[in-house]
Amino acid sequence: MKPYDNRAWLLVLPVFAVVLFSAVLPLMTVVNYSVQDSFGNNQFFWNGMGWFRELLDPSSELGGRFLAALGRNLVFSGIILAIEVPLGILVALCMPRRGWRLAVVMVVMALPLLVPWNVVGTIWQVFARADIGLFGAAVNGLGIDYNYAGNATAAWFTVIIMDVWHWTSLIALLCYAGLRAIPDAYYQAARIDGAGRWAVFRNIELPKLKRVLVIGVLLRFIDSFMIYTEPFVVTGGGPGNATTFLSIDLVKLALGQFDLGKAAAMSLVYNMMTLLVCWVFFTAMTQLDAARERVE
Amino acid sequence: MARITLDGIGHAYGPRPGGPADYALQPLDLVWEQGLAYALLGPSGCGKTTLLNIISGLVQPSHGRLLFDGTDVTHLPTERRNIAQVFQFPVIYDTMTVAGNLAFPLRNRGMDRAGIVQQVARTAAMLGLTEVLDRPARNLSADAKQKISLGRGLVRQDVAAVLFDEPLTVIDPGLKWELRSKLKAVHRALDLLMIYVTHDQTEALTFADQVVVMEGGQVLQVGTPAELFERPDHTFVGHFIGSPGMNLLPAEVSGMEARVDGHALPLAGRYAPLDAGRIEVGVRPDFVALTDGPGLPVQVDRIDDLGRVRLARVRLGRHRMVATVPPDAVVSGSEARVRIDPARIHVYADSRRVAPL
Repeated sequence: MKPYDNRAWLLVLPVFAVVLFSAVLPLMTVVNYSVQDSFGNNQFFWNGMGWFRELLDPSSELGGRFLAALGRNLVFSGIILAIEVPLGILVALCMPRRGWRLAVVMVVMALPLLVPWNVVGTIWQVFARADIGLFGAAVNGLGIDYNYAGNATAAWFTVIIMDVWHWTSLIALLCYAGLRAIPDAYYQAARIDGAGRWAVFRNIELPKLKRVLVIGVLLRFIDSFMIYTEPFVVTGGGPGNATTFLSIDLVKLALGQFDLGKAAAMSLVYNMMTLLVCWVFFTAMTQLDAARERVE
Repeated sequence: MARITLDGIGHAYGPRPGGPADYALQPLDLVWEQGLAYALLGPSGCGKTTLLNIISGLVQPSHGRLLFDGTDVTHLPTERRNIAQVFQFPVIYDTMTVAGNLAFPLRNRGMDRAGIVQQVARTAAMLGLTEVLDRPARNLSADAKQKISLGRGLVRQDVAAVLFDEPLTVIDPGLKWELRSKLKAVHRALDLLMIYVTHDQTEALTFADQVVVMEGGQVLQVGTPAELFERPDHTFVGHFIGSPGMNLLPAEVSGMEARVDGHALPLAGRYAPLDAGRIEVGVRPDFVALTDGPGLPVQVDRIDDLGRVRLARVRLGRHRMVATVPPDAVVSGSEARVRIDPARIHVYADSRRVAPL
């Protein structure tokens, strides 16, 4: 038998075909749109790099809008990471180590993760309503004016609380797995060394959690950077443009105004940014691992 | 600086222990003297680690009292017992330098900076870690990490005892000797009570002044390495210590003679008539020699050449035993004779040694 046979390519062909139809063709369509201006009746006119230039120029209408949405996205990601990561670690530290309590806690924590995005949005849209929502009415009952449909701060608060409710469990479960991987001898040695709770956390638990935390932060950053469904269902991007994140703005541009060219250019830049962040994280992580291996 | 007294210390899992099977550690009384090195030796699951953890306070014994210099510490938490422990796998604080690791127990106890620097320098010098003090601790080899674990115990001047839980498990064979002699040197220099858990008899016998042999949650014998070798109190001790272990042969003993499958073995002492239980005679292979002269007739099954020594696997009647082949002896055929030193034969009734009258 020949060890090398070009007919083997035939076996890979179906995969190429699937990828072609599922990824390459749609992406190239978007690239095609991004260099044209669209009018009704399927008329397209060549616009070259025009949309990209406008997109990256904050003084233009499109550029200003893009920058504002990007800013909202970054602030949103920053806030939810700042809440979910410490909170998730705290929850993981408090979780029982074994027994039926652990089973109960695990199931309860997994529940939000199992709810579909649009259902999460719907739950919070009702839950936080000022008139009939349990949460919204209760807050208003305390004398605090809270209405996510009319007040930008309230809208942000709702969207953030919703994300924290939905995703803190993920960080907590990751951290829990990380904590369980620490051998008991470390805790015993720390007791013998007279270390307090904070010293144990700072010198044993946190360093051992570094890896899972990097993964957790990566997952949550990417996911929150691409967030669409939940705020769309709750606030629809409002009030005004207060919670219009990049993806919501993109849909407004593409399907609301039917500016296919602008929307295509924006989605490409958006995609590039996500890829860039992934690449930076990936490189950082592999270098971290490589450094660790060199050491051991 | 302390002497440790175990007063009826035992440990049972479950609230109301019935028989001996419910005990991980049978209640026992022992006194460990300041300045000596003890080894807890036994196979896995014999209760030696449980005993160590009771001393360090990681396990609360279900029975008995633990005294450090006469003070009852049975219910004191680990951090207030002034003990140091080195674990099976090196435990170091990854994010700190070697110096940071050594300083950690002192910082936790609120020592002033100058004192810490001085103590860390002294400990590092003793363990040979001075060169690497500023290196991150995670970059070091396993044996250096074990030295750091030990150092974290030794920096504290109030330390009463140092406990080792099979500390050489992950060390390269070549470095084991070196680290063990380091431990011995530290022991001599500091005059500390050291307790060393291991299942390796060589480690136990070379390290310790006194070896505590355990099996099935019981202490079978406490003695110097020589005592354990020459006069095992229990057949398990005879068998477990020595390589290969003691020969044990079912026998009938009366007066100054033992009969093994029809062959008469003279004994060095006179024994009261033994008729209850299982009677065995035990003799180490080192004292059973193949000979050309008069002796007991045996069948030779096999000769193992271990380089330094040759061992013969022989049968005396129906019973197998191991004998030493003298350096100049020539073995031909399967018939041979063995000479057994009567003073080295011990008599066991139900596994316990019986003293001659």
